[in-house]
Amino acid sequence: MSVFFLLICVSILVAGGFLVAFLISVRSGQFDDDYTPSIRMLFDDTEPSDTASASKTLTKIK
Amino acid sequence: MIKTKSANERIKCFHCGEVCNDDNISVDEKYFCCESCKQVYLLLNENDLCIYYEFDKAPGIKTKGKFISARFAYLDDVSIMAKLVQFNSDSQVNVTFSLPQMHCSSCVYLLENLHRIDPGIIKSQTNFQRREVFIIFDPQKISLRKVVELLSFIGYEPNINLESTTTQKKSNFNHQRIYKIGVAGFCFANIMMLSFPEYFSSGKIEQAGLKETFTWLNLVLSLPVLFFSASGFFISAWKGLQQKYLNIDAPIAIAILVTYARSYVEIISGHGAGYLDSGAGIVFFMLIGRWFQDKTYDSFSFDRNYRSYFPLGVTVTNNGTEKNIPVTQLKKGDTIVIRNEEMIPADAILIGGNANVDYSFVSGENTPVHKKNGDLIYAGGKQMGRAIQLQVAGEVSQNYITQLWNNDIFHQKKNEDKSFIHPWSRYFTLALFTVAAATLIFWWIENPAKILPAVSSVLIIACPCSLLLSATFTYGNMLRIFGKNKMYLKNANVIESLSKIDTIVFDKTGTLTQHNMSNMSYEGTPLTERELIAVKSVVKQSSHPLSKMVASSILIDGQNDIAVEEFKEYAGKGLEARANNLNIKLGSSGFINQSNPGSAPFGNGSQVNVLMNNVYMGKFNVTNQYRDGLKQLVKALQKNNFELQVLSGDNDSENGNLRKIFGDSANLKFEQSPQQKLDFIAKLQQDHKNVLMLGDGLNDAGALMQSNVGVAVSDNTSRFSPACDAILDGKNVRLLDKFLAFAKSGKKIVTASFVLSILYNVVGLSFAVQGILSPMVAAILMPASSISIVLLVSVLSSASARFKGL
Repeated sequence: MSVFFLLICVSILVAGGFLVAFLISVRSGQFDDDYTPSIRMLFDDTEPSDTASASKTLTKIK
Repeated sequence: MIKTKSANERIKCFHCGEVCNDDNISVDEKYFCCESCKQVYLLLNENDLCIYYEFDKAPGIKTKGKFISARFAYLDDVSIMAKLVQFNSDSQVNVTFSLPQMHCSSCVYLLENLHRIDPGIIKSQTNFQRREVFIIFDPQKISLRKVVELLSFIGYEPNINLESTTTQKKSNFNHQRIYKIGVAGFCFANIMMLSFPEYFSSGKIEQAGLKETFTWLNLVLSLPVLFFSASGFFISAWKGLQQKYLNIDAPIAIAILVTYARSYVEIISGHGAGYLDSGAGIVFFMLIGRWFQDKTYDSFSFDRNYRSYFPLGVTVTNNGTEKNIPVTQLKKGDTIVIRNEEMIPADAILIGGNANVDYSFVSGENTPVHKKNGDLIYAGGKQMGRAIQLQVAGEVSQNYITQLWNNDIFHQKKNEDKSFIHPWSRYFTLALFTVAAATLIFWWIENPAKILPAVSSVLIIACPCSLLLSATFTYGNMLRIFGKNKMYLKNANVIESLSKIDTIVFDKTGTLTQHNMSNMSYEGTPLTERELIAVKSVVKQSSHPLSKMVASSILIDGQNDIAVEEFKEYAGKGLEARANNLNIKLGSSGFINQSNPGSAPFGNGSQVNVLMNNVYMGKFNVTNQYRDGLKQLVKALQKNNFELQVLSGDNDSENGNLRKIFGDSANLKFEQSPQQKLDFIAKLQQDHKNVLMLGDGLNDAGALMQSNVGVAVSDNTSRFSPACDAILDGKNVRLLDKFLAFAKSGKKIVTASFVLSILYNVVGLSFAVQGILSPMVAAILMPASSISIVLLVSVLSSASARFKGL
């Protein structure tokens, strides 16, 4: 029967691990925004070929 | 006659989707409604960001008027910058802006790729629900002002005002709540698991000290629930008691305390396992209920005061040198410069320039007012046209419009603690103590040894949590359904206030009518095509808002602007010019009567008279565009015996049209000042009416506060809505009757679920008073009642919404 004590300790440790993981993820802000990531994943990651020309138009605007 | 075409046939702007007046502006076979839309397209095109246009059709935001960089000069001020940014170092500045214009996935794409437009921006991250963008930039390469200018240029002008610099975020608070739920959930689940052997093993676990281990582990696990997760209930109940008031948290706090006290006594004395699983369950379910109900609309602000409306900085001139200062430092006698579309931050006297002030936001008047040198201009108006110079007559806090906020009504809290649940919960607590006392007396006589177990189990099982859960989940779900229909309520108490409404007061401009959607209609001698072309060409020369409205109301095919000669504009009066060999004069009745006395009739409202070769032809009238479905809405509301009133800050030129909608016996009031509106609502309330007020502008702010439920109508949700109980998207004003019916059904649903929860309590109490409540019965009964009630109210409220057509 003494194996029960061990199993119970393990089970609570495992559950506690999940709790800690949950608390850390809340703290790091993973649950602050549950909508924008679903949009963000739709975008391609491709960077444009030349970023050098970037600020040209801006100077034109002014 | 003026030709009209349906909107579908006309070219729509590739950038913002607005109907183009002509096809003059185009690049790469794409048409634009204005030069600024084209410029934005060019900028995006150059930076390979045109995918922007692929996620949503015409996602752009029309930037009204010309882009003026000087408007943001105040952002160079170090003290203002320090208030706005969150982190500031030599190589990195972090700042969060609120961008109410954000509306689609394209917006997210563009805003998160700002670094491709300007390499000075290191990172930008949006939060769509809060309508915020978090930007990290390199101050060596780009200034805060340039970042704001870039955002404004592409159509997302950040909402920077006095309010945003003084309020701080509350995200820490939200984290705290989630921690509490997480901890309670963890402890509840583990206590439950460790309690099962006790319930099902029929005594075998007594061996080897297993039972003792389980109960002691439960005790340890219950400590965080008691001291951390449940702390909110104790604090709230204690605060209520200090004010000699038994609030809704008091019975919960008592139930939790009794449950834990008895369980601990049992465990420590070795007599039993206690009710720790039920105890943790109560806390867990209650916390979830609270969280569900208090889920707020982050991107909305319901408690705005005048500080939210005024700009942060203003340009002050001193002997020809311009300087930007924060408006709070504005002193009497300062000379300020107000440019196109800028708001006048303080009551001031016009000393230079041609002022056309748009007061629609303050008074509800539709058309801009022309002001002469020396006129007093009230704060809150917006200049339309060229820059003007003003001398400040008083500080910002002493404005005519901000005076309204000194009214007591703005310092009262409404819709709090008057829910019908509160009296219920008090009766419930009373009944509970009566039952407990009766149990005590009964067992005193019968068998004093059973007093303690019986009385404490009465208090444990009769926890009002199912009672409370029914209300929190019903209203939480209803809030969600209201939100889905673009009616955003401040909190759940507003639903109850809505269900009691019997009188509805409408504002006119912006509420019944569409904002900035006035039509011009021509009446008089019909104009030939040649004459129309001439008139259109002439008015195109002028930047006066009425001229622009006339120009956009004349629809002629093709490209046919003609040369205009001898163009003269008389400020505040009218225009004079020659085109197509016609001498054309356009303007006010007084202006026309100067050259042809007695020809132009004086009338109500805004009009543009037309005089051609000194012959009076007719006039263009401004007519309001009423919202779709208004007539049906009014009919439906009248059928349900709501008393309807209209209060307008505008003149009575729309009287006839409004009577067509509201019927001849309607109560219409015109030229109402903000104070008069407030007083009118107060008078209705004195007659024991429950008033719902719908309004949009700053001029309705007082009335919205005074009314039982104040609904701010906004075509651009989250932008410029005065303090209110609810924000309603302008397109869904037509659903108002359905919203009211749905709110009424909420009370019925809560009452029905109360009955169910009382049934559960009767069953539980019948065990408890006999002193035979086993922990197992408690552990089954409590979650079962909570879950079944949550299910019942969610299904009922969703079904009711569908039935009501929402």
